[in-house]
Amino acid sequence: MSIAPAEFDAPPERRSEDYLWTLNFGPQHPATHTTLRLVLKLEGERVVDAMPEMGYLHSGFEKIGEHLTFNQYVTVTDRMNYISPMANNVAWHHAVEKLLGIELTPRCTYIRTIIAELARISDHLLCNGAVGLDTGAFTFFLYAFYQREVIYDIFETLCGARFTNSYTRVGGVSQDMTPLVIEKIRSFLKTFPKTLDDMERLLNRNRIFVDRTKGVGVLTKAEAINRGATGPVARASGVTRDLRRDEPYLAYADLDFQVCCASAGDCYARYLVRMQEMRESLKIVEQALEQLPEGPVNVGIDQRTALPTKKQVYSTIEGTISHFELSMSNRGFEVPCEESYAAIEAPNGELGFYIVGDGEDVAYRARCRPPSVLHFAMFPHLIRGHTLSDIVAVLGSLNIIAAELDR
Amino acid sequence: MHSSSDASSDSATTCPHLVALEQAFGPLESSMFRSQQRVVVPAADSFAALALLKDRGFDLLVDVSCVDYLEYRGAKHRYGLVYLLASTHSPDRLTVRVFADDPEPTVASVVPLWEAANWLEREVWDLFGIRFTGHPDLRRLVMPEAFTAHPLRKDYPLQGRGERHNFPVITRDHS
Repeated sequence: MSIAPAEFDAPPERRSEDYLWTLNFGPQHPATHTTLRLVLKLEGERVVDAMPEMGYLHSGFEKIGEHLTFNQYVTVTDRMNYISPMANNVAWHHAVEKLLGIELTPRCTYIRTIIAELARISDHLLCNGAVGLDTGAFTFFLYAFYQREVIYDIFETLCGARFTNSYTRVGGVSQDMTPLVIEKIRSFLKTFPKTLDDMERLLNRNRIFVDRTKGVGVLTKAEAINRGATGPVARASGVTRDLRRDEPYLAYADLDFQVCCASAGDCYARYLVRMQEMRESLKIVEQALEQLPEGPVNVGIDQRTALPTKKQVYSTIEGTISHFELSMSNRGFEVPCEESYAAIEAPNGELGFYIVGDGEDVAYRARCRPPSVLHFAMFPHLIRGHTLSDIVAVLGSLNIIAAELDR
Repeated sequence: MHSSSDASSDSATTCPHLVALEQAFGPLESSMFRSQQRVVVPAADSFAALALLKDRGFDLLVDVSCVDYLEYRGAKHRYGLVYLLASTHSPDRLTVRVFADDPEPTVASVVPLWEAANWLEREVWDLFGIRFTGHPDLRRLVMPEAFTAHPLRKDYPLQGRGERHNFPVITRDHS
């Protein structure tokens, strides 16, 4: 299938320039993070235009959301931004609990805060590591990935799965945090800052890295707002919007942290914002661990949404009834016939779910608002006029995850 | 329209943006649910209403999505477009809903207001089949160009209609 010139973003008067070379930065390429396609029009090394094409990983997640219950769909949300699946789980159940009007127990809010921040560290490590890898810094990439393995180990101890955790449930989480998990998080908090320092020492003032990323892919503040950028991409352009501080959810209102912003808007600024955000996340996790309240982690059986503990099932009649009602397919819990939207500050930006309920415990419509779509749509605007080697730097700094892009 | 658990019918007096909208477009259906303000705008006025809201400070378009109410109890229109608006300098959020109906559902495009709507509206066209007049580049985003149906509609089955088995296979000799 050939791309007709009429399908390019270029204005009509440029289409007659057929000395320009069309390069297919195709879906199979090690430098396009996951499967997305860029058709580039090049004049020598300069990019005249870029037409992004997505949809190679479209799996119909939103259609599936109309057939799975709220607790089953969390497994699908894992597979969206698969770099930080815990954040997606927290976002999904945050939206579901907002629709249902459920208030979480204090312990659950702190646990979800801790895992969301660990997921943020994991995502930023991968994003910055990939930017380093694409610009040639392999050691930096390996340092980042070693620390991600430590985080995976924490998640595995917590819920049994390294990657696709499906950890949250409506009204709580699937397993409580044991002292072993807390000990592992504490030791991670002790060893990670030194690795962060090493990583910064490798790249922050590295002549090659700075030359490749400074001034590349500049996104001005007005353009960032107009094009719907959120998260570190917007904050690196000067938009000081962070849902953790502006619309506090979970336990963020009680925790002290700073919002990291930059004003340059280029790849280097996005890299620095993500590095600093990792440090802030460490502070948040430390405070949350100090303040972790005791008590039950799931909501009580009177709410009829979370599965009761085995002790309650075996010894109380309400526990037994709740357990059967929640597990049977023609029963389950009541959902208001309403629509609501709730978003969290995911590592990539504002990840929100717009859920329409119709009385059953299967959503009528589960729309995921993915930050990657808007960031990928910005890509032609950022890359015009830059050289071929800047493409990977810009693509990496936008942190576009194809599974979240295509759903 | 829907039963809300904490609907407040006097929301027009509490939200200044609603007051401004009603001054410009007459009485509008609005409700509040889980402290989210929603307002329904008629399809003919959708561009003007959203332009008014953008001037009033909603500079961030969070999402444009659609709900197909074909199998929803008590629905009066088939397609409900949802515009989620937010502001970078105030904590306001607003949900604007525009309804469209079956043959040829058409709504004005808001790409002139927010460039973010470009791909979001392409996706709604792709998955639901709602045409956006004035969109610079309305073509499929998520599905391949050769696809003919609009998959997220309620009358499209979950497993598809066999399109996956009918894609032309290009062998190495013919590519």
